Amino acid sequence: MTQDLYRRPASGQHPPNRADGYKSTVGRSPRKPAIVLPQTLSEITGPLLAEERLDATENDLTLQRMGQPLGERIIVHGRVLDEDGKAVPNALVEIWQCNAAGRYHHSGDQHDAPLDPNFYGGGRTRADADGGYKFITVKPGAYPWGNHKNAWRPAHIHFSLFGPAFATRLITQMYFPNDPVLAYDPIYNSVPEGARHRLQAAFDMEGTQPDWALAYKFDIVLRGRNATPLES
Amino acid sequence: MADGLTPSQTIGPFYWGTVVSTCRADLAPLGVAGERIEVVLTLHDVDGKVIPDGLLEIWQANSHGRYNHPEDRRNLPLDAGFEGFGRASTDSGGSAHFGTVKPGRVPWPYDGGQGGGLQAAHINISVFARGVLNRLATRLYFDGDPALSEDPVLKLVEPERRGTLLASRDAKGVWRLPIHLGGVQETVFFDC
Repeated sequence: MTQDLYRRPASGQHPPNRADGYKSTVGRSPRKPAIVLPQTLSEITGPLLAEERLDATENDLTLQRMGQPLGERIIVHGRVLDEDGKAVPNALVEIWQCNAAGRYHHSGDQHDAPLDPNFYGGGRTRADADGGYKFITVKPGAYPWGNHKNAWRPAHIHFSLFGPAFATRLITQMYFPNDPVLAYDPIYNSVPEGARHRLQAAFDMEGTQPDWALAYKFDIVLRGRNATPLES
Repeated sequence: MADGLTPSQTIGPFYWGTVVSTCRADLAPLGVAGERIEVVLTLHDVDGKVIPDGLLEIWQANSHGRYNHPEDRRNLPLDAGFEGFGRASTDSGGSAHFGTVKPGRVPWPYDGGQGGGLQAAHINISVFARGVLNRLATRLYFDGDPALSEDPVLKLVEPERRGTLLASRDAKGVWRLPIHLGGVQETVFFDC
C-alpha cells in the first residue's frame, strides 16, 4: 500500500462547500461527498510555472500605471510554508484586490465608488529560496455586495498559490487585523472558528518602512508531506 | 497568524485582473509532439444553468505520458514549450476552451509505476468560481478509450456516475465535457 505524499487536511481547517450564510454557495456546491483519491503521479505533480517570466515590478501594484494610486500605501509580506514550517521555495504567488475606494478594476463591478486610473489591482511574485515574498500595494477598501441586506465585504486581498503539486493548489483571501467588519462577513465566517484567524494578517511595525509605508505580515501554510512511508 | 493550514476561500467574481496576464488556453505551441485536441469544459450550477464567471485550470502529462515536474523521474521525453498547465475563464456560455495535445498514460501508483499498471489517459481539472469556497478537483477521460475499463481511479467511482468524467467528441472533433457542480448530473469530484 502506497502512502499519500501530501497529508490530507484534518476536519476544521477549510470551509464547507456549502455555507448557507454565503448564498452563492447554495447553487454551486456538490451535494455528494468527494471521492477520496489515493494520490497518484497526477496529484503529486503540478504546474511550477518555472518558465513564467515575471517583470521586476509585478509585485509593486503602485507602479503599474502612469502615476501613484490613491490610498494608504502598504507592504504585504510573509513566507510560504508547509505544515511542518518548512519553506516552500520559488512558489508563484498571485494577488488581486480592489482599490482604496472599494472598487475593482473589472467591468462586472458596478459599485458606485470611483475607479482609480492609477490602480489596476493585480500582482505576482515568486517566493525566494526561503519562501519569502513581498508586495507593495494600497490598502483595499471595504465594499457592499448583494448577499443580504446591508452586506459588506471586509477589506481583503485575494491570494493564489500553486505550491509544489496539483494537490497543494490554494486560493484564499487575506484580511486585516481587528477589522470590525469581519464579524459580519459570511465568507470569512465560512471558515471553522478555530482556523479563521489564520486569514488575518498581522500588523508588522518592524517591517514598516519609515516615512513611506506601514507593513502587514501574512504567512501562508500549504499542505505538508507525510513522513517517508515505511514498508510494512 | 499561521499556526496551521491556511484555509481556502472563494476566488470571487473579480479575479480577472491577475488571470488575464497568465491565461493559458493554448498549451501546445507548434512543434510539440502528439495528437492535437481541442477541449471545451462547460460549467453548470446545481440547476443546470451555465456559470459565466468561473475559472478552470487543467494539468496534464505530455503525449509520452510524462509530467513536466521533478516528481516524475521516469526516463520519458519532455517536450520543450509544453508545461502541461492551462487556465481559462468561462465565457458567457459557461465554457472554457483549451487547445492541447492528448496526454499519454501515466502510472499508478506514483512510486515509479512498479507493479501498479497504467491509468487511462486523463486531464486533471481544478474548478474555481464565486460561491465555490474550496477548489473542486475532477478529471476528464476520453469516451471510447479502451483503457477506461482498467483505470484504477474510475474503479473508485460508482459505475452510474463514471459518465460524468467522460468527455465526448462532437461532430467537429472537439472533446466536450460538462461539469455540473450539483443536480442530477452532479460531476464526480475528488478529495486528493
